[in-house]
Amino acid sequence: MVMATDSQFHVLAVDDSVIDRKLIEKLLKTSSCQVTTVDSGSKALEFLGLHEDDQCDPKQQPSVSPNNHQEVEINLIITDYCMPGMTGYDLLRKIKESSSLRNIPVVIMSSENVPSRINRCLQEGAEDFFLKPVRLSDVNKLKPHMMKTKLKDLEKPSKQEKQGEQPAAAAAAESPQPPPQAQSPQPPPPAQSPQPPLVQPQQLHSAEPPQLQANNTKRKAMEEGLSPDRTKRR
Amino acid sequence: MDVVSQLQKQFVDYSTSLYREGFLDDQFVQLQKLQDESNPDFVVEVVSLFFEDSEKLINNLASALQQQIVDYKQVDAHVHQFKGSSSSIGAQRVKNACVAFRAHCDGRNLEGCMRCLQQVKFEYSLVKSKLETLFKLEQQILAAGGSIPVLA
Repeated sequence: MVMATDSQFHVLAVDDSVIDRKLIEKLLKTSSCQVTTVDSGSKALEFLGLHEDDQCDPKQQPSVSPNNHQEVEINLIITDYCMPGMTGYDLLRKIKESSSLRNIPVVIMSSENVPSRINRCLQEGAEDFFLKPVRLSDVNKLKPHMMKTKLKDLEKPSKQEKQGEQPAAAAAAESPQPPPQAQSPQPPPPAQSPQPPLVQPQQLHSAEPPQLQANNTKRKAMEEGLSPDRTKRR
Repeated sequence: MDVVSQLQKQFVDYSTSLYREGFLDDQFVQLQKLQDESNPDFVVEVVSLFFEDSEKLINNLASALQQQIVDYKQVDAHVHQFKGSSSSIGAQRVKNACVAFRAHCDGRNLEGCMRCLQQVKFEYSLVKSKLETLFKLEQQILAAGGSIPVLA
């Protein structure tokens, strides 16, 4: 079933700071997204219809539309890292552990540029990591990620296209990534790369979720290494 | 020079000085860029939230530092929040004061923390009054029928 009729992307933004919630909401709306904001990870899970003890519920269909048990379709979750109680990382894990939610792309935001933190999130399956304060240019990069959930009803886009390059990525992932400071004038997260490959639905396997996850971890590290100079090894 | 032009010039001069003196940084420019007809009071709204939030944080910090046994983790958490919010609106000097404050939290240095709290309060009250002046100028321009200059 194609969800093509729903043209607007709906983002769930999670941040305990009222100021940052207002900001991210405005950024997303400026980018033509529908936005729901919540102030905690647990409220996010509630909104997503996941109770904290729901993990890999076998009763859930291996989703054609992963959000089939929610009223609202969410195309992306963007969450702050440092939150009291459930951190953004904890939330990310719960989402990726949930059979119904794991295909929703998750982006992490943080005011602190800590490479190990960034890598840990990317390894856990985050699509991207934005340093705060988040800008419109960051938000504009979200569309490709969100497209995946629309295309999901056709196929699960796997990251198989990157598989051949994994060894390089592994190397890249092992070495301390060029500390983001060194990478460019501003301190962007490593993940500032154009991501056209992600949007492609052509990798038509019914790739199993575990694969997706494994590919995610490599893919992000790869992208940092690959783009803009795809040949660069770090 | 008519009234509107005079006010506009005042506004530009004042804004420029705020950036030059480090009270505001580029993030404030970003906020202004987000403001549009659909949300013409966006900047004022965000800044008002910042004022409210900051006042609470300052109170919490004062109170945390007055405890018999200071919980530096808690103090640091408040400062972290303050650093985040000031960074989000572009209040550069406040943010920098928070950065210095965190170092003293790490060192569990009560005297250092108390000094830093004073510094943060000072910088906060400065930027608050400057932003209020800026907003007032904006209102005057609009009331006189003019439009608010956009700083290049």
